[in-house]
Amino acid sequence: MFGDWHQLWVIISTPDNIPIVAMLGLVPFFTWFAFHNMLANDRLIAQLEADPQLARTHHRTTYPYNSRWERELHTNPFLMRKELLAAIIITIILMVWALTLNAPLEEPANASVTMNPAKAPWYFLGLQEMLEYFDPWIAGVLVPTLIIIGLMAIPYIDANPLGNGYYTYHQRRHAVWTFLIGFEAIWLVLVCIGTFIRGPGFMWYWPTQTWDPDRVEFNVNRNLDQILGINGSWISHILPTAWRPEAAIIARALWGIIPMVVYGVLAALFIHWICKRSAYSRKIYSKMSIIQTVTMYIFLITMLFVPVTIFLRLVFRIKYIWETPWFSI
Amino acid sequence: MADQKDGNDRKTTVLEDLKGLKEVVKVKTQEQVEELKKPQETQLYRSIFRIKHDEEPRNRALSTLNNLFFHIHPAKVNRDATRYGYTWGLGGITFYLFIVLVFTGVMLMFYYHPTKVQAFRDILYLENDVPFGRLLRNMHRWAAHLMVMAVWLHMFRVFMSGSYKRPREFNWCVGVLLMVLTLLLSFTGYLLPDDQLGFWAVTVGTNMARATPLLGHQGPFGPQLGMTPYNDVRFALLGGSIVDANALLRAYIWHCIAIPLIASVFMGVHFWRVRKDGGISGPSPVMLESEAKN
Ligand code: HEM
Repeated sequence: MFGDWHQLWVIISTPDNIPIVAMLGLVPFFTWFAFHNMLANDRLIAQLEADPQLARTHHRTTYPYNSRWERELHTNPFLMRKELLAAIIITIILMVWALTLNAPLEEPANASVTMNPAKAPWYFLGLQEMLEYFDPWIAGVLVPTLIIIGLMAIPYIDANPLGNGYYTYHQRRHAVWTFLIGFEAIWLVLVCIGTFIRGPGFMWYWPTQTWDPDRVEFNVNRNLDQILGINGSWISHILPTAWRPEAAIIARALWGIIPMVVYGVLAALFIHWICKRSAYSRKIYSKMSIIQTVTMYIFLITMLFVPVTIFLRLVFRIKYIWETPWFSI
Repeated sequence: MADQKDGNDRKTTVLEDLKGLKEVVKVKTQEQVEELKKPQETQLYRSIFRIKHDEEPRNRALSTLNNLFFHIHPAKVNRDATRYGYTWGLGGITFYLFIVLVFTGVMLMFYYHPTKVQAFRDILYLENDVPFGRLLRNMHRWAAHLMVMAVWLHMFRVFMSGSYKRPREFNWCVGVLLMVLTLLLSFTGYLLPDDQLGFWAVTVGTNMARATPLLGHQGPFGPQLGMTPYNDVRFALLGGSIVDANALLRAYIWHCIAIPLIASVFMGVHFWRVRKDGGISGPSPVMLESEAKN
């Protein structure tokens, strides 16, 4: 079962998976590169903070500087030749790629022969992976909507005026971490799980584990209320007689609110604790309006809910935390 | 030469003209050669480019400003903003890939029919018979993937350099929409070869639409609002209750006409705003905590 390197090679060398394999190198590289720039600036900032005299005269970038140099260059040729160079390099990469690897073409579409696994293109595998943990309307509709709105909200909730147009880590720790967690630790990791881990039946296959289309998985996932034995026996005593047959459902729906609220409060406290850690961040956060603060909390709490749910499912095999007749989370 | 001595007022005979021809051609040829040595002085060149190509600051600036394609640029840029190290060139690369996709896409359209009978065969035809057809299809496919990668990495750099901060908040939002449009472009194209890969990817994708709250027949409160498989949002996307001929046509129209048009408009806004927001955000001078206003 394990140690099947050929299986791993098949997954990695699938033409449509090449982009995410490439991203596996590109994202760490650009993360390193961003931090490389950030820390260089941060060293300069520390130097200037320590030496107010220098701060007054310094040109304040890490690039070579000479007061006699023109501050601006002509677009033509100084920018355009770089653009041309970039275009040529991209064209070469694209040409080599197109000459060496063929675009996939499967059998003609056939509704009666199911593809196994049936996977979305790699950039949507994060959403498809989310389908494993959430109901379709959450994974397929709510989450994308929240991602789009949340991304658009970023400039309006980030009240930190520092780090505008230069790389810095120390002046924007929270923003940097939020993006790294959201984009890399959640989104890209889900894409990678969807690409490399999920096999036939969208089941979990460790790398080098052989894909087996006949594998059957026993569904051992249970709801949190089942684990805790919530069956409505106690609530049926206080319900009107007509509602008593529904006691278990009502009890579950009501009980589920508790873990949700507990999570919300814990997450909020955690975020609050982070926000208050340095004097500068206290200053920034105290200037935010109520709408800004509430929006920020809602999006952060929601974002952190994704890894929490995934953790509960994968480690404790918990399916739903809150089950109601209309929706379940 | 006789006619030169007498000026032009005397009519020459044809015979005289022919006699002088050799000399005239020689002189004119020499003139022509001299002219071609300075192509920039020719009427043709000037009519096209309008400005001299030299290192005069004024002409350098005009060469950007007076050109329809270059004038999305300012005449001059911050000397450090031209560094790859700051922008990583990724917005420009994304745009370049979009142009490549439009170009290769239009070429593919010459061979492709969005019908159940023809679509798959057209791809086979492209791959096996059309000269460079396979290369064309490969380039379109991989450029699409590259564009998705470039958009994400561009967003990453914009975030990490804090370039979404005032006054560029709105352009960030335009960018988010561009990213969504890029993903949708790629996704609608996936169905077009009409093979198993695209069919099942789109089936999986659009099945989620069934569960849209209120608008899907399996979504929360959908059935209560009268949603069925034959009138919900998924039906609207596919033009039917299954992925079939109508879905192919709809994907084709979205992919080849609607989304490229919408994306082009948003790209126009995006580039316009980069300029109006004061050009590229940096690399700007670092600020100190003690200097933070607001
Ligand atoms: C089709 C997709 C896109 C294209 C063609 C595009 C193109 C560009 C270009 C050419 C620039 C100039 C600077 C550079 O090259 O980095 C730019 C800047 C910018 N882009 Fe995009 N972009 C796209 C998507 C996005 C996305 C997804 C975002 C963010 C979510 C975004 C946000 C911005 C912002 C805020 C700037 C200004 C940055 C600065 O001034 O430093 N763009 N874009």
